[in-house]
Amino acid sequence: MRITRYAATLGALGLVLAGCSSEAGQQAGEATENAPEVAQDVEFPAGSTMAELAEAGTITVGTKFDQPGFGLANPQGVPEGFDVEVAKIVAGGLGIAPEAIEWKETVSANRESFIQNGDVDIVVATYTINDARKQLIDFAGPYYVAGQDIMVATGNPQGIEGPDDLAGKRVCSVEGSTPAQNIRDNYPEAQLTLFDVYSKCADALRNGQVDAVTTDNVILTGLVQGGQGAFELVGNPFTQEPYGIGLAKGDDEFRTYINDTLEQSFEDGSWAAAWDRTAGAITGEPAPEPPTIDRY
Amino acid sequence: MDFVRENADLFLDAFLTTLGLSLLAGLVALVLGTLLAAMRVSPIPPLRGLATFYVETFRNTPLTVVFFFIIFGLPQIDFVIGFFPGAVLSVGLYTAAFVCEALRSGINAVSAGQAEAARAIGLTFGQSLREVVLPQAFRTVVPPLGNVLIAMVKNTSIAAGFSVSELSSLLPRLVNADAGDLTLVLVGVVVGYMVITLPSALAVNRIERRVAILR
Repeated sequence: MRITRYAATLGALGLVLAGCSSEAGQQAGEATENAPEVAQDVEFPAGSTMAELAEAGTITVGTKFDQPGFGLANPQGVPEGFDVEVAKIVAGGLGIAPEAIEWKETVSANRESFIQNGDVDIVVATYTINDARKQLIDFAGPYYVAGQDIMVATGNPQGIEGPDDLAGKRVCSVEGSTPAQNIRDNYPEAQLTLFDVYSKCADALRNGQVDAVTTDNVILTGLVQGGQGAFELVGNPFTQEPYGIGLAKGDDEFRTYINDTLEQSFEDGSWAAAWDRTAGAITGEPAPEPPTIDRY
Repeated sequence: MDFVRENADLFLDAFLTTLGLSLLAGLVALVLGTLLAAMRVSPIPPLRGLATFYVETFRNTPLTVVFFFIIFGLPQIDFVIGFFPGAVLSVGLYTAAFVCEALRSGINAVSAGQAEAARAIGLTFGQSLREVVLPQAFRTVVPPLGNVLIAMVKNTSIAAGFSVSELSSLLPRLVNADAGDLTLVLVGVVVGYMVITLPSALAVNRIERRVAILR
């Protein structure tokens, strides 16, 4: 009696497992069409972060959910964009399928603490590499170099051609962002208007409450796209914002692995393909030259 | 400690902005709230209806939505208001609904005989409200009114999302510049609010004891 019950339980378990694997196989099959390759039978040094993640079969990635072209949550709540594709490339090298990635929304102000607390394994979220942040976490990459630019109302009524023209003008950005601090430090004559999200800057520009919006060009491109002809980009980037992948401080093996994976994606074209599918599809521009990896 | 010294000006500016916003919005809320309470107990039905409509609209709308309406909605009908005045108006209009309801409960607590006696000696409705009913009502509602105003001080933090550089706007600004000092920034911001709210709470207690009506 007891033996049959065990047998039945085992049988049921077997069915469940079989169901799982076939489902996973199916999903992977669909994903191969337009997603980065997922490596098979990966080998990593025992005890390394890569081995742990490959073993677990999943990775937690922090990204933005409100950045068109880079990380924007679709109606199903799944983020899409260039950052997301780059994260998929990194995960693919670990043998983790895109569906197995766990996405967490990170905003500018919580990225360091999410990494430090172990809430996420990596952060790919238009994350500018700088020295203050390197004190707390480590960066792989850069995988893209953005630049701060200016967005104005269509027709550029104030004739703003560059940051020097911002003196005395009302300029909008997001509190706590690197571009806002840059304006404070280097263009103190501009009158800063600071919101918590860029969409409010776009509203304010539309209403004429500000004269210009400034932040990284890739973010502005998304806003121009969403503005349906109300805005235009000045197109004169005046800073270099290298975007890196944030990871726990001191995990040099993992950092080297991510850098290697990125370099490989630069060479085999998957990086450029990811760009064309996401941010490139919005701007209509071909993928730029891949940046040089900074192995500090 | 360097961090605190470097950013002392920033904290002071932000603190004064929060204080100014609180005082001005509190003034708007108290004046408008009293007016609304008077309307809600008045014998004229349209006034009563109008005040009820106002209170139910603002009391049941999230403050963020009120902000959106004032800052981004009004400009659509060519009524552009500055960000700080807009914040004062948003917080003031919103809190007025709560002030009105607190005050109305106080008016209801004044026994009907008082108002009847006032009318019997020939005072008009306005006079009886001003001279007899409201003075007693205000005394009974000191604690709830204190609550409403303290909550209002904390509600001013929503203005950070609408381009007013008040205390809580320092959080994203300083944390993003230097995430290592997160705790210090948090402590600084909390202390800033407490400098306003704790003395307010003490003042409320004291006033309550002073003006309490012995029934």
